[in-house]
Amino acid sequence: MSTLAVHDHGVLQHGEGHEHHHKATFLNTYVFSQDHKMIAKQFLITGITMAFIAMTLSILFRIQLAYPDKSFPLLETLLGRFAPGGRLSPDFYMSLVTIHGTIMVFFVLTAGLSGTFANLLIPLQIGARDMASPLVNMLSYWFFLTASIIMLSAFFVEKGPASGGWTIYPPLSAMPKAMPGSGMGMTLWLISMVCFIASSLMGGINYVSTVLNMRTKGMDLWKMPLTVWALFLTAILGVLAFPVLVAGVVLLIFDRSFGTSFYLSDIVLNGQVQPYEGGSPILFQHLFWFLGHPEVYIVIMPAMGISSEVMSVNSRKPIFGYHAMVYSLIGITVLSFIVWGHHMFVTGMNPFLGGVFMITTLIIAVPSAVKTFNWLATLWRGNIRFTPAMLFAIGMVSFFISGGLTGIFLGNAALDINLHDTYFVVAHFHLVMGSAAIFGMLAGVYHWFPKMFRRMMDERLGYLHFWITFIGAYLVFFPMHFMGLDGVPRRYYALTEFPAFNRWLTVNVFITWAAIMSGFAQVAFLINFVYSIFWGKKTVQNPWNANTLEWDAPIEHVHGNWIGEIPTVYRWPYDYSKPGHEEDFIPQTVPFSQTMSSNLPHDFEDNPAGLAEYNKWVVLNKANEEVK
Amino acid sequence: MAFKKLINSKKILSLFAVFLLSGTNLLMAQSTDVAASGNSKAGHSSDWFSVGYYLLLFFFAILCVATLGKILKVYDLSVKMQGKKGINWNNIMALLCAVFLVVGLYGAYWSLTVQGSMTLPVSASEHGVAIDNMFTVTSILTLIVFVLTQILLFGFAFIYRASDKRKAYFLPHNNTIEKVWTVIPAVVLTILVVFGFFTWQKVMDISSKKGDINIDVTGHQFAWELRYPGTDGKLGKVDYKLVTGLNKLGVDYSDRNSFDDLQADTLVLPVNKTIRLNIHAQDVIHSVYLPQFRVQMNAVPGLPTFFKFVPTITTADMRIKTDNPKFEYTLYCNKICGGSHYNMQKVVRVVSEEEYQEWIAKQKPYLSDQLKADLKIAEIKPSVSGQISSNKLALNN
Ligand code: HEM
Ligand SMILES: [Cu+2]
Ligand SMILES: [Cu+2]
Repeated sequence: MSTLAVHDHGVLQHGEGHEHHHKATFLNTYVFSQDHKMIAKQFLITGITMAFIAMTLSILFRIQLAYPDKSFPLLETLLGRFAPGGRLSPDFYMSLVTIHGTIMVFFVLTAGLSGTFANLLIPLQIGARDMASPLVNMLSYWFFLTASIIMLSAFFVEKGPASGGWTIYPPLSAMPKAMPGSGMGMTLWLISMVCFIASSLMGGINYVSTVLNMRTKGMDLWKMPLTVWALFLTAILGVLAFPVLVAGVVLLIFDRSFGTSFYLSDIVLNGQVQPYEGGSPILFQHLFWFLGHPEVYIVIMPAMGISSEVMSVNSRKPIFGYHAMVYSLIGITVLSFIVWGHHMFVTGMNPFLGGVFMITTLIIAVPSAVKTFNWLATLWRGNIRFTPAMLFAIGMVSFFISGGLTGIFLGNAALDINLHDTYFVVAHFHLVMGSAAIFGMLAGVYHWFPKMFRRMMDERLGYLHFWITFIGAYLVFFPMHFMGLDGVPRRYYALTEFPAFNRWLTVNVFITWAAIMSGFAQVAFLINFVYSIFWGKKTVQNPWNANTLEWDAPIEHVHGNWIGEIPTVYRWPYDYSKPGHEEDFIPQTVPFSQTMSSNLPHDFEDNPAGLAEYNKWVVLNKANEEVK
Repeated sequence: MAFKKLINSKKILSLFAVFLLSGTNLLMAQSTDVAASGNSKAGHSSDWFSVGYYLLLFFFAILCVATLGKILKVYDLSVKMQGKKGINWNNIMALLCAVFLVVGLYGAYWSLTVQGSMTLPVSASEHGVAIDNMFTVTSILTLIVFVLTQILLFGFAFIYRASDKRKAYFLPHNNTIEKVWTVIPAVVLTILVVFGFFTWQKVMDISSKKGDINIDVTGHQFAWELRYPGTDGKLGKVDYKLVTGLNKLGVDYSDRNSFDDLQADTLVLPVNKTIRLNIHAQDVIHSVYLPQFRVQMNAVPGLPTFFKFVPTITTADMRIKTDNPKFEYTLYCNKICGGSHYNMQKVVRVVSEEEYQEWIAKQKPYLSDQLKADLKIAEIKPSVSGQISSNKLALNN
């Protein structure tokens, strides 16, 4: 079994010149590495790169929205035929929107987020030497990189990248003649996504089996940090949902290339009657959103886990309602499979079905609300340390509230009639998913940077980064609610064709400048990130005084994570500021026998022997005190 | 201090100002006709000049931030050397949270009132009123939650900022309060769901709205086609296989109801009558979106859909209500459908019954003379409804 193999050679390590069965070369340490810590860094850096690309694309189309009538010769120089006369062409605008959405949702917030932190944290926080299958784990990264390269290569084909929106609804995406992006660009999109899904499945299966099988001694499920819970449930969600998208994508490939009509029927394109018969475009939407809705939770759940962990550590307080936090994650995982129809209220779906999806959708808001309240309760009477990670976690909660509340409007089928596909939806998901998940990810980067790169990031640059981004994101997305309430549709190249929309033009200019400002703030992050990797202050063993296992592993990365035996876990990860204990944290590796003065009866709920000991100690202690 | 000198140096400041001024309008905001000649060599070299300029500006900004950081660091160190505590970043961040809370809430209030007043006017349809009520109730509830939770979030962040004198309060859970805040959202959401469900059922209920005027709306890249029934009040069948250059909608003329069907450029609707829009798409998915009427339904190829509603406010009345003499109801396409998705519109006009009759009498039949010739049904006079039954024979011959 691979598990055993990893355990065995993990005991040896490269650094100290021991004999070893394979040599550490540049290629197998930095490139084709099978070490989960290195793979995590590969995912992170690729994810950040993709994020910067997608952000640049968004700035480009924001410029078009702000200045629809102006010409920027520079754009023509840079983009050539995509921006004739210095103005983006409508088709290229669509491509930008599409690729921006695809990269952000899948490549940054799915692979970049889950890939990085599942790889880094699962083995380190549950006390494993590596993933269940390091080889498959490595493949997962390489498929992801391949998918990224294919996705970006679409910018170099003649007619440009896919342009039917990140949801690629057929028939628009199915017929190359329907729009330029539906030609070669769409083919590349589909191939890229198939690679991506393969990557995500390989990763997901690995994460699930690692969590289930490779926890160290004492680490039962209820002692896992919430990060691991969140990443674990996310992986389950991905493993169950992504194959459905593959099915949808493969059928679309058939329709495009092999003349089938799964999604096509009764079509007259440019006056030409098409031969397709009997398919249904709505079928694709069902398949897409069956993945698509779980996907949005795939994006947010790791961010929730990270924020929970970061907020607990930096409030120096146990996460409030650990069990409720886990059960709400489980609830979200289950419910997210039965709400997809809320994206389809106005497709002509049977109104009764719409009603059912409305009910399930609003039910899912309950676990979300519970999580929010528990975060607030975690801050209450804490001793809050504002590291950049903590600020980002707080920002994440703020965005999650603001964006989640608008979900209650959209989940209401009656209200969605007028809100569907307007800027209101754009505002909703950019706050609740886009901003919240990115903030969760950044919180994770700031928090675990010392673990990954053995150095600290600069705090003050982190503060600058946080405040500009946080304020910028609100300035960008808050006004969009009102555009949506005025009926401004999303995915419009320009609002100039409608006199009624003219009043939003100035707002658009404002939003664009807010976006540019937030874009520049990311440069502060990039500088900080790169600089700190090489020249940052060296970290200490446990820079945040945290309880979880990863801070027990040596600073220097060793293959197999721990030199010698893997530590045993005795307690849950949230014993912060426990009364009776001198320090304000007790790592999971500290046995109760060493913390007699702070133990509580509650600690021995399913440990009768421990409880007996505890009671004995209490009696003895009382007696002692009386003697004094 | 040397840094202070640097910052205060008037020379540098004025240099910077000159730099800024000379640079604006290089990259930004060239009018379109200038750009038309932008292909010339001169145009391009000036591009690069402006790029260089902005890059310089950017580096300058980075330099400023870096200098500021250094100054702060030096200040911090010098204070510490005097034996005092340095800058307490933790308190500064906590304070910023509090400031953000206040300014942010004001900003949200401003946005709600100023931008909130730029949103759609009152619903111009019967069912829309129910939707708007639902919206108001939801808004009030969510806004309360929004304000409270944000206050708690940033308030706690500010109040419970770290202090060496204090330890956090060890509170792992409290089952009572957790139950309370599971049940309360559940109850509130149940109320919203129940009301939403009934509103939705009412809006979508087709049987309660009687006496329809059927109008066909067909979307294709990139326009909407309208088809009104003629004097018989019925629309003829369509079949996409019959589409030709002349018969754009593929109207089936073996169905005699088709003969008097009318085409129109504007979606004119009589006020207070039940309208049934039959929605079709020919090529890709479009979406009929009439925001002022709270109407939206996708147009899906191969899957005809419909939306029934009752317009209640005429265009003329709405012009008075909105105080905008140019106000028009508009039909947008609201499902991405290609490059010109952003400009697929139709004017919608709600008029009185008399005006409607007057207008519809002027509309031309779909069965144009050319189309007649094409289909070899020249002898038909579709405008005379009495003749239709006999004409059927002619067609069959
Ligand atoms: C509080 C619970 C939530 C509810 C009730 C809710 C409801 C909805 C509904 C009904 C829509 C469809 C709107 C439309 O297209 O007309 C929607 C869109 C969306 N939601 Fe949520 N949502 C919730 C939370 C979330 C979360 C947590 C995320 C992601 C982390 C998310 C991400 C999205 C995305 C990405 C879309 C837009 C998809 C698209 O059309 O491109 N939502 N939401
Ligand atoms: Cu959804
Ligand atoms: Cu359209």
